[in-house]
Amino acid sequence: MAVTAHTKKAALTGNTAVAIAMKQINPDVYPAYPITPSTGIVEDFSGFVADGSVDTELITVESEHSAMSACIGASAAGARVMTATSSQGLALMWEMLYIASGMRLPIVIADVNRALSAPINIHCDHSDSMGARDAGWLQLYAETVQEAYDNVFMAMRIAENAKVMLPAMVCMDGFITSHAIENLDLLSDEEVRGFVGEYKGRNSLLDTDNPVTWGAMVLQDHYITFKHQQSEAMTRAKGVAAGVMKEFGEKFGRPYGLIDAYRLEDAEAAIVIMNSAAGTTKVVVDDLRKQGKKVGVLRLRLFRPFPFKEIADALRGVKVVAVLDRADSMNSFGGPLFNELRSALYDLDNRPKVMSRIYGLGGRDYKVKDAVEVFEELLNISKTGKIDTMTKYITL
Amino acid sequence: METYLEVRWHGRAQQGMVTAAKVLGEACLIAGKYVQAFPEFGPERMGAPVRAYNRISDAPIRLHSQVTNPRYVLIADPTLIGVAGVTDGAPDDAVFIVNSPKSAKEMRQELGLGGKSPKVYTLDASKISLETIGRLMPNTPLLGALAKTTGIVTLDALIGNFKENYSKKFPPKVIEGNVAAMRRAYEEVKGE
Repeated sequence: MAVTAHTKKAALTGNTAVAIAMKQINPDVYPAYPITPSTGIVEDFSGFVADGSVDTELITVESEHSAMSACIGASAAGARVMTATSSQGLALMWEMLYIASGMRLPIVIADVNRALSAPINIHCDHSDSMGARDAGWLQLYAETVQEAYDNVFMAMRIAENAKVMLPAMVCMDGFITSHAIENLDLLSDEEVRGFVGEYKGRNSLLDTDNPVTWGAMVLQDHYITFKHQQSEAMTRAKGVAAGVMKEFGEKFGRPYGLIDAYRLEDAEAAIVIMNSAAGTTKVVVDDLRKQGKKVGVLRLRLFRPFPFKEIADALRGVKVVAVLDRADSMNSFGGPLFNELRSALYDLDNRPKVMSRIYGLGGRDYKVKDAVEVFEELLNISKTGKIDTMTKYITL
Repeated sequence: METYLEVRWHGRAQQGMVTAAKVLGEACLIAGKYVQAFPEFGPERMGAPVRAYNRISDAPIRLHSQVTNPRYVLIADPTLIGVAGVTDGAPDDAVFIVNSPKSAKEMRQELGLGGKSPKVYTLDASKISLETIGRLMPNTPLLGALAKTTGIVTLDALIGNFKENYSKKFPPKVIEGNVAAMRRAYEEVKGE
């Protein structure tokens, strides 16, 4: 890893940057079961444990199901808990994801986005975290290595906020971000401690003077009440997230919001997209703008809770929108982001026309020409007023 | 389009292509540049063809697609020529640096570049690495050759970065060997 002695500038992979963020947070417990492409995070972090640069208890477990189970147990005991996974690993955590959120445990995990088998594939798409979108976890997404690093701190703060108390998933693109070295600025350990603060778990299992029961059976009498409270917490999380991101920007000079609206003010056509492909799309927007074409990009940084109002405000006035999903719901009606975003626009007086494009599954490259083609199609629709194909795979 | 210097590294798994791209990126970082260094992994097995890439720029790099039109192509294993698409997408002003005892003229023929304008350089990086590092590590000499034949990075920046970032990881003998490999490659690379 390269951190120059002259500046706080570093050139690190996404995995190493996230592992360093976790080191700076110094969690109490870290259950570990590595899987490509998130292996680098666990590898680096276990190095920090071996070197004694963290106080963390690293628990090597025999599967991701056990990793998440150990996260839940440790978090219920009052510990600050983190881990990392990808793809099949997240899939194997499935039933435990719902238990973590239902028990309101602010566990923070890094999900390095990777396709799901079959066919077996190690490369990037968002099928893993999109599949977990109803599991009651907060989800943050990152365009760059810098943002993946920064999001770890923000996720921790949002998750542990007393008004929220929900687990959080910090997502970045497998290989494209996890294995790419990019420039970033690191925070000092003091800055991290100041921002993240100490965590004091409530109703700890280890507080034997005040014994409590976790995960008791709750039937028709109260189950829906629990879920209602969980839902309310997710609703509150949006405001908390906005506040935490604002504070991060003010403290460290890197401003973030729930969404990243790029050149949308007077845009006629827009692409909505998440993670690393947004950068490539922004390059194309700048090129097309030079040719006088009014185009822009909307990138979601927060997918859970879904910032529906902010999205509608950002796309108000845009005539045509393509939502590019790096995952398919296999519902024959477009990807997950498309469905939710289109619904978010329903109440606008002059809502844009919206189409769904599925791209980049299993690591298929999303190139400049792909974004150009989508914008050309959008600008054409803007003239004719007619969408020929609502849902389509691109980058085939 | 935004302007970047784009580099593609060709080798086989275990020949250090990913590390070469990483070391180049780090050296450029020290020189105040914005960098990307990323691998393209296929099936993970020894000897499989591996590509790695760099983008280097004076401004932040937002592009996150593969490098398809590299200005600089470095080939660590000449047995990949003709089988791994080493000339794919290379523009008319491309620069090829190949690990081979052959002359640049012969290499131009072998690459099938004919009379086209790309510059071709060769050096016996395998031999240099065996004699300096004591192991077959063609990646380090290729970095030295890159410093000599292009303006991407200086030899001083490469050596400075290596000493600064790897002295904790490797014993002094390994550091010295790698530095010697870069210096020798810098002297020995020849081209047309």
